[in-house]
Amino acid sequence: MHQLLLSPYHHRSSPVHRFPAIGKVAGAVTLVFTVVLLPRTAWAAYGACGAALVLIAALSRIPARRLAKKLLLLEPFVLGVAALSLLQPGGTLVFLSMLAKSTLCLCSIVLLSSTTRFSDVLRVLWRLGVPPLLVTSLALMYRYLSLLVDEAARMHRARRSRTFSPGRVLAWRSSATVAAHLFVRSSERAERVYAAMCARGWRT
Amino acid sequence: MHIPDGFVDGKTALAAGALAAAGLGVALRNVRRSFPPRRVPLIGLAAAFVFAAQMLNFPVAGGTSGHLIGAVLAAVLLGPSAAVLVMGTVLILQCFMFADGGVTALGANIFNMALVAPGVGYAVFAVVRRIAGGSRRSLLLATAFASWCSTVAAAIACAGQLAVSGTVAWGVALPAMAGVHMLIGIGEAVITTLVIAAVAGLRPELLRESAPPEGRLRYAELAAYGLLVALGLAVFVAPFASGRPDGLEQVAAALGFEATAARAPLLAAPLPEYVVPGLGSGVSSTVIAGSVGTLLAFGLAYLLARLLTPPGAAGRRGPPHGGAPRASAAA
Repeated sequence: MHQLLLSPYHHRSSPVHRFPAIGKVAGAVTLVFTVVLLPRTAWAAYGACGAALVLIAALSRIPARRLAKKLLLLEPFVLGVAALSLLQPGGTLVFLSMLAKSTLCLCSIVLLSSTTRFSDVLRVLWRLGVPPLLVTSLALMYRYLSLLVDEAARMHRARRSRTFSPGRVLAWRSSATVAAHLFVRSSERAERVYAAMCARGWRT
Repeated sequence: MHIPDGFVDGKTALAAGALAAAGLGVALRNVRRSFPPRRVPLIGLAAAFVFAAQMLNFPVAGGTSGHLIGAVLAAVLLGPSAAVLVMGTVLILQCFMFADGGVTALGANIFNMALVAPGVGYAVFAVVRRIAGGSRRSLLLATAFASWCSTVAAAIACAGQLAVSGTVAWGVALPAMAGVHMLIGIGEAVITTLVIAAVAGLRPELLRESAPPEGRLRYAELAAYGLLVALGLAVFVAPFASGRPDGLEQVAAALGFEATAARAPLLAAPLPEYVVPGLGSGVSSTVIAGSVGTLLAFGLAYLLARLLTPPGAAGRRGPPHGGAPRASAAA
């Protein structure tokens, strides 16, 4: 499950994967904006967008189970916010249309991230003129994300295997200590990364 | 607190997007100007750290567990501008890679969690630090109170955006979001303070490095974010502040009074003591709940800071973050 979330890209050789990244990003963003700006009761248009997404998903040859699992993982967040709209007069219609809209948008972004390498998305951002510092930060974050998550899990496991009384206070303290160690380690790693970047000719 | 797609309408998305872009622009400029170059990779790594720290579980009662948000943690560890950038990076990656938070709501999410949360948090932190002095206890007190305030402020901004978009009525969104996040904020405060206390014990020089080089720059920085946050609040929250009785009366009329009375406890369930039954109106009880909650949070923050300060370190001796650097033994 954690692998499913941390490395969304799923390689297959399909026309959707080979399609230029800029086109996919533009397409996904356009679709999302169209869906959001549609009137609340345009059910036919929602259906059309959904059919288009199913077609693209079929073309991309990504296992349907994988896509469905990801959607199910993400849907609770949508439901949580949507449930708030049920508490007002006439909320059911708002709730249903919100649900349809966000599910469609969710599908398009899940498809985009499953068929496009993040480095390609970064290249698109770079070409669009996003400030280099932001692109560098995004690239570094993506590079070290799974590493730090694994490191945190490892430290947590090591701590748990040495702690025999499972008190809640202790659990909080040990999780906080893991986080603190993680910060110390990532700041040390940042200095090593900086040295490596300089050694390869990086300049501010 | 991530808003998915479809919950903010076009004009709100546009306004929030413009504010978020301006905020990120200010942060980028400040970081380029005042951050030492060798600490630049730290922004990307700190973003990965915040994301990883968000995945750590903190068990709450009954099998549920909470997690860190991390805005104030980043602001205290790295300073406000770097924190804005770190949180912005986290949100952008979450949006495009993990589909957590919508594309059209990205501006709103960045405004709430990458501008309001670290901005308000760092402002509160700086003020409390100034009043309470340079001891380690004041560091922890300031951290705890700032985390609580930043969580609640971000929730209020989020409620405002949902209400301006016409998705959720203000009378529902404010008590629900603010009420729940007053509780979440307590957890956030405890976690952030525990982490800061641990970092202060492990490597106090890391905290000193991020502390301001006592200059005017920090205030100018904060003023820029303050302006953006104020603008955002004027756009998202002020319409309801002026037209509030009207909107509420409308809701009450549409629901019928019995319905309102039946729903009020449901919405305000997290804070049953603060709802004043005689007043009946959701807003006045929310305001009372808000002020009582703020005082309570400050009291709790003070207690937490006292508990976490070692007996000798409370005084004014030693450097601001106290304690001699200790080699980290746990490797």
